[in-house]
Amino acid sequence: MTQLALVIDLNVCVGCHACVTSCKEWNTSGQAGPMSDFDPYGADPTGTFFNRVQTFEVGEFPTTETVHFPKSCLHCEEPPCVPVCPTGASYKRAEDGIVLVDYDKCIGCKYCSWACPYGAREIDEKQKVMKKCTLCVDRIYDTTLAERDRKPACVLACPTSARLFGDVHDPESEVSIAIRESGGYPLMPEWGTQPANHYLPRRKTKLRIHEDELVRADNPLKVDGKLPKPAKAEPSLDDVTSW
Amino acid sequence: MHPAFSVIFLTTLIGVGQGLFLALFTVESYAAFDLLPKQDSRFYAFGSALALGFLVAGLIASFFHLGHPERAWRSAAKWRTSWLSREVIVLPAFMGVVFLYGAAHYTGFNPLLATLPSGAPVNVTAILGVAGTVLAFALFVCTGMIYACLRFLQEWHTPLTVINYTLLGGASGFFLATALAALAAPELMRFYAGWTLILTLLALVGRAASLLRNARLKPKSTLRTAIGVKHPRIVQMAQGAMGGSFNTREFFHGKSAALLRQVKWVFLLLVFPLPLGLLAGGVASASSALLLAAFAVQYAGLLAERWFFFAQANHPQNLYYQAVS
Repeated sequence: MTQLALVIDLNVCVGCHACVTSCKEWNTSGQAGPMSDFDPYGADPTGTFFNRVQTFEVGEFPTTETVHFPKSCLHCEEPPCVPVCPTGASYKRAEDGIVLVDYDKCIGCKYCSWACPYGAREIDEKQKVMKKCTLCVDRIYDTTLAERDRKPACVLACPTSARLFGDVHDPESEVSIAIRESGGYPLMPEWGTQPANHYLPRRKTKLRIHEDELVRADNPLKVDGKLPKPAKAEPSLDDVTSW
Repeated sequence: MHPAFSVIFLTTLIGVGQGLFLALFTVESYAAFDLLPKQDSRFYAFGSALALGFLVAGLIASFFHLGHPERAWRSAAKWRTSWLSREVIVLPAFMGVVFLYGAAHYTGFNPLLATLPSGAPVNVTAILGVAGTVLAFALFVCTGMIYACLRFLQEWHTPLTVINYTLLGGASGFFLATALAALAAPELMRFYAGWTLILTLLALVGRAASLLRNARLKPKSTLRTAIGVKHPRIVQMAQGAMGGSFNTREFFHGKSAALLRQVKWVFLLLVFPLPLGLLAGGVASASSALLLAAFAVQYAGLLAERWFFFAQANHPQNLYYQAVS
């Protein structure tokens, strides 16, 4: 069984919103579009997005840390939004685990958005149907694209490679290795939704130096100090011991 | 959550319809066992028409909640998993039975089908009445479970949600039945008033229990589990949009905590003591106007109660939408 998912590395994300804009650009003109905007150049713009980058500040000055946090549908393995849908418009694909909405069946009752603890679903106020991240399902299988382009638009756009895409059920995939070796974790595990998307934590590279490592036991200078002082006329052994 | 008036009217109006139908059939079944005087079939016919009116009004209100009402028929598809789908099936089925029940009484087509060993007759209306009663309770369960099944809306995820929908709907229906009895069948007024009092007091116990429970709730999700950073102090600096989004409109009531507290006391007053006072006055003076006022006051209170029910629920997604920038 395949479960396609994103792994988002919070250690690398710089919060540039390139994934947001590329997602919007690809999907508004693609199969999942349009992603309607209202008053886009006015004082109070609003619109439909599949992906948003949020920013959090952790800690208190001066020991603060800024965490940029991209948030989109997590394609849960136990999606609570799917069984509540009365029409079957929301479904999870058996072949690759992507959670999708059939816009032709959706009645716009918003019940699925109530059933998502992550707020990943947004109604399109113009088309009056529920929309959400499709993992660019219309692009990842498109054989007219070059192989390297068959990835979600957000993954391709990320300038720091903070977004990885792959099958989290394949233990040797890039995403599985990243989750396993870099401490990948799911969001809100308390609800048992088993999100397929994982996040990699902020990581600090630290070098631990012990006290005794600062003083070399075989310090040549120390040893030299005990040697008898050669006369000035004598040739030195090397530059180190000459004066 | 943002209280949607379509859903507030749907749940309260069908509650009245269900309660009124239960009140009608209660009297018919009592009468079948000679515990109450037999009623003219016009009483049941008119009562059923009134109940059906409330159910239709609720159904119409529900359509305003949909983005695509013309596709509403599709929502019967997933009854195996979705309580909303089950409600969509049970509501029209119940309306159909109420219609048949009223029509059987109105046309007088009510042949005797069997006789119980005790001698009590089993008519067509008795069968329809039992079916309607089962469907009425099924509808209360479906409506309540739509909210109670969402496990991360902790304020709703309790059996009290279903119990309170049932008791409050039943109480409002019996209030209307009492007023109807005062107009059309005065000998039933005290019987209905008694049941109205019992249901309203039970509803008070249930609603007070849920208020107490919700006041002590501890949210399971925090910003720490929401973004997965272990630190006691995490502050949102940006939510990814400056002008709001569906997430900020659908999941926040947008009112002050003080207003929420006021609405709570308003509904506690309007749903329980005020209509009970009017009920006592109405029964004592046999005044249908007072009894109708009691129903109207409680219905207004139920609108406030339902508004509060939605507004009080705190969705965990709100953790991601604490600050604009």
